[in-house]
Amino acid sequence: MSAAIEVDKLTKRFGDFTAVDAISFSVSQGEVFGLLGPNGAGKSTLIRMLTTLVPPTSGCARINGFDVARQADKVRKSIGVIPQAMTSDLDLTAEENMGIFAKLYGIRNPERRQAIRELLREVDLEKWADKPVKMFSGGMRRRLEIARGLVHKPNTFFLDEPTTGLDPVSRVAVWEMLARLKRERDLTILVTTHYMDEADKLCDRIAIVDHGKLAALDSPLKLKASIPGNNILEVSVSEVPPGWLETLRALPDVAEVKGEDHVFRISSLNGPRTTVALMEAARAAGVAVNSLSVQSTTLDDVFVHYTGHQLRDALQTPSAASSAFILQRN
Amino acid sequence: MHRILAIIERDLRRFRRSPALIIISMIMPLVQLVILGYAFGGKVKHLNIGVVDRDHGLPAVQLKEMFQAVAANAQTFDTAAYADTAAALRDLREGKINGLLEIPPDFSRKVLAGASPRIVLAEDNTDQFSSAAMEGAMAALLPSYNQPALPSRASAGATFATVEIYPYVPYIQFLLPGTIVLAIFVTAMIGGGIIFIDDKARGLHEGYLVTPISKFELILGFNLAGVAKAIVTGAVLVTLGSLIAGIPDPFNLARMARMMVLVVVTALALISMMFLLMVRVTDPLIPRAVFGMLNTVLFFPSGAVYPTQAFPAWMKMITTVDPFTYAVHGFKELILKNTGLWAIAPDIAFLLGFAAIALCAATLLFRRTL
Repeated sequence: MSAAIEVDKLTKRFGDFTAVDAISFSVSQGEVFGLLGPNGAGKSTLIRMLTTLVPPTSGCARINGFDVARQADKVRKSIGVIPQAMTSDLDLTAEENMGIFAKLYGIRNPERRQAIRELLREVDLEKWADKPVKMFSGGMRRRLEIARGLVHKPNTFFLDEPTTGLDPVSRVAVWEMLARLKRERDLTILVTTHYMDEADKLCDRIAIVDHGKLAALDSPLKLKASIPGNNILEVSVSEVPPGWLETLRALPDVAEVKGEDHVFRISSLNGPRTTVALMEAARAAGVAVNSLSVQSTTLDDVFVHYTGHQLRDALQTPSAASSAFILQRN
Repeated sequence: MHRILAIIERDLRRFRRSPALIIISMIMPLVQLVILGYAFGGKVKHLNIGVVDRDHGLPAVQLKEMFQAVAANAQTFDTAAYADTAAALRDLREGKINGLLEIPPDFSRKVLAGASPRIVLAEDNTDQFSSAAMEGAMAALLPSYNQPALPSRASAGATFATVEIYPYVPYIQFLLPGTIVLAIFVTAMIGGGIIFIDDKARGLHEGYLVTPISKFELILGFNLAGVAKAIVTGAVLVTLGSLIAGIPDPFNLARMARMMVLVVVTALALISMMFLLMVRVTDPLIPRAVFGMLNTVLFFPSGAVYPTQAFPAWMKMITTVDPFTYAVHGFKELILKNTGLWAIAPDIAFLLGFAAIALCAATLLFRRTL
């Protein structure tokens, strides 16, 4: 299968700050590729470079065989892009929004009318076609933007956090719709998201980006297998006696222990056996267990494993952000 | 071309759905026209002048009678008699009267002796308009007073007559050309400044930048959409403003057609200028912050409210490069003198050249990336 997206040592610097640091990967045609990473990890800068919105400092990227720096116009014609901000015009109707963008891509009638009708039907907005977008819910707006991004029949689709800010029902609807569109239109999709469960279910492969670098890249199944343990035990204790961390590490089948304050995360190859041993060790040490949970390894654990679990407060680089501040119109 | 039309279509559809901003841009200049037109356009009347007669002779009485005639007819001033100069001077300083006229003790003697007596007008010169009105009234009154009962045989008798080649132009009509240009400017400021930057901040432009539209197509599309809205504003102001200001034959089709040509050219120049100023701006506060300053810097030096000949040299430099100057001059010719387009060809040429330069510069400065 040939590559729809090829990224080779792509780098973006804003002054002294390196937002994207020599990232390389490729995405096959028809693949759904997820980009995960904490806030400020460089995901949006990366997607903006791939969609010609931000020029790379070095390295190169080819989309459908076209270089993003040298053949930007050909790249733009072959891709659909859903930016993070909702960019539909609120005063215009769904159909008018679609029509304007179809014209920007040079699509003429009757193809334009037909494409708009088909897409609005596919995203379940046909009956709202003549209503102003300001009357739409967040989920409806996002579905409209997805339809708008496909109006010129691109084969590669970029979505920057398409479900952020949506309620759980709308999130599910958006992802189901994306999965259906991908099947029907044979799309290659590159998507960034914060929702691990979504990425787990829908992405063929996932790249975890942290500090502008690629921290891990594989299928969700292989990524989960790549971190120690099959189960995660999270235990909270009232007080931590001396040598408690060593006691936990010595429990049977324990692969890794991370602790902070009174809460400990234990990666175990056999959750039930480690749980029993943990309770016995707590009783022996006179430690009161406040809470204990046992769960299978999820993509959340993979994410925390590769990126750490501290809060990331990162400043946005001025040129990476589209503006000094984003006005919200709901 | 279809991409440019798409940008224009989007803007005009938005305008049709929520025309409030454009309507606001028409109201402000119209309010200014009415308020400024009537505030500055009237003749100064009923100024209070204190008269101190220290002479009491017949010539002094005759002079006071002439003052009272002015008070009763032209009503430029009302007179109040004072017994002594000190009290009148005190009232003048306290703002109770606007001027003080003193007839000196030897006035009648000097009049009868033909010795050119002098009366003194002490005035509150902090208000130049009132001072000028008082001086004007005195200057008009004294020649009649000085005229001998029997004219001298040797008098040269030279006089002059003023011929006004246009009908009387009240100040509100003088102000109308500036008002039309101001309305077009406010539309440009709202469309080309505030909404443009708000759209940019909301990420709307990001949606355009991922399409194959070129820089020039995008800028030209934004410009022409702004021009279309400004034409609507200009057309309304030309019609409504002419009615409010009392322009004779306000629906003269030939003149309205000529004015619409100038509306289009002015809109092109002002919108292009606005996009050039805003092309690199990202903070939505900036167009709001510079609105008042730009308005002052462009409107007042243009001759819209006061003749440019009165300006100091540095302000005349602004006048020379200010597109308002040429637009205001053009509208004055068309509205107040009913001239043809040939008379304002230099104004149109300047505005078109200005628009072309601003459009090219804005396209060069526009960033196709974020």
